[in-house]
Amino acid sequence: MNSSLNMLPMAQPVPSDAGVFKLPSSDQDFVLDTVSTAIGKVPRIGSQLSWKDKRGHYRVRWNIGRDDFTVEPGLYALGTPGHNSHILVTANYKLTFDLLRESMTGRSCWILVLDTKGVNVWCAAGKGTFGTEELVDRIQASQLQDVVTHRRLIVPQLGATGVAAFKVKKYSGFSVQYGPVMLDDIVSYLDNDCTASPKMRLKNFPFKERLVLVPVEIMQGLKQGIPVIAFFFLLAGLMGKDSFPQAANMHGLPPSLALLTGIAAGTVAVPLLLPWIPGKAFSLKGLLCGLFLFGLLFLPVFLFETSHSTLEKVSWLFICLSVASWFGMAFTGASTYTSLNGVRKEMLRSIPAQCLGLIGGTIMLGMAL
Amino acid sequence: MTAFRYLEDVVTLSCDRERCIGCGMCSVVCPHAVFTIDNDKKAVMARRDYCMECGACMCNCPTGAISVEAGEGCVRGIINELLGIEGPCC
Repeated sequence: MNSSLNMLPMAQPVPSDAGVFKLPSSDQDFVLDTVSTAIGKVPRIGSQLSWKDKRGHYRVRWNIGRDDFTVEPGLYALGTPGHNSHILVTANYKLTFDLLRESMTGRSCWILVLDTKGVNVWCAAGKGTFGTEELVDRIQASQLQDVVTHRRLIVPQLGATGVAAFKVKKYSGFSVQYGPVMLDDIVSYLDNDCTASPKMRLKNFPFKERLVLVPVEIMQGLKQGIPVIAFFFLLAGLMGKDSFPQAANMHGLPPSLALLTGIAAGTVAVPLLLPWIPGKAFSLKGLLCGLFLFGLLFLPVFLFETSHSTLEKVSWLFICLSVASWFGMAFTGASTYTSLNGVRKEMLRSIPAQCLGLIGGTIMLGMAL
Repeated sequence: MTAFRYLEDVVTLSCDRERCIGCGMCSVVCPHAVFTIDNDKKAVMARRDYCMECGACMCNCPTGAISVEAGEGCVRGIINELLGIEGPCC
């Protein structure tokens, strides 16, 4: 057991294989071949993404297979790196790993992949898995001191949430330089003698980035919403005056559509229109989007349709707004600028109202039948 | 500069001026330019309301001058915390 690892403020006991020499397997699909180095055969990868890689990206963006989209942690050679080449540190979420190697097209470097349990850099850093201990462990396990003659690592800036540069230096001898926030800037950063412009150090949240988050939000919304929809149909079928199928359709369909409208408001409208929706709290933004979409889709029915009572129609509104507010609020978890205490404050204030709204709406629906 | 701003005056970010040695790491790692180093070579929280409590500054401060309650900032994680449920949120 390495004595320097024992000095780290790690959870005791230190894992038995911490720091033990290990290279990633060359059998992984994306590995081209191996390079012989002083430490053995290091798997070599390229910058070109295969159709299989891209298909995997598309699937995880739709929340499919997101728990198991990993690469083995350890050292990889990108292109033809040498003893002077940069070492870029990343997470073992395959999407992250693929985007990194693609952004280094035409370049050679070493890539040190940390075991973040298949989670991206920023989330893993928040959880501590993209952290000081794992980085020091992985440096040790990859015998980096025998691979390169310099003692520098480039760590993504967002990894700083979990990595303490001064501790990594102390325990491994390697100096951490924080690279740019965005992979798009990595080549400019490297070409500029590892200097980041102030803009490279800011995390923005532009439309394109919000857009790619929408499919996962929708899938999570449907996962929560479908059981409630089933409940509405059941309630309507059982309590309605006509036969089960007729009543279920007549009185179960509208609240279900109202719920889906609420989901659309919170999972699609809020992310896409975020900066233009009034209010700072996401629960409020959700509510406003819900109100807008409900008005758009339900107003004619609300005003002119006669086969449903007013009480019943009001129940649809309550259901839509409470769900819209809930999912709008849930989007804070995928955003890049909301604080823990801010979200907590929002939640304590709005969850009671959301619960009352949904439960109240459901009771109103039952009463109307 | 970052266009997005969340709720005002809610963050737990604090910086002990006495302990600060002006190394500037906080201003390097912060994704929202919360810190600037002033003329006395001390870190100041110039944009405190832009803080998202990620904890990168606290993690990289060599003297422990910065403190912030940094944790799982997601709804699921906070619900777990409020209900006393252990374990990760995702």
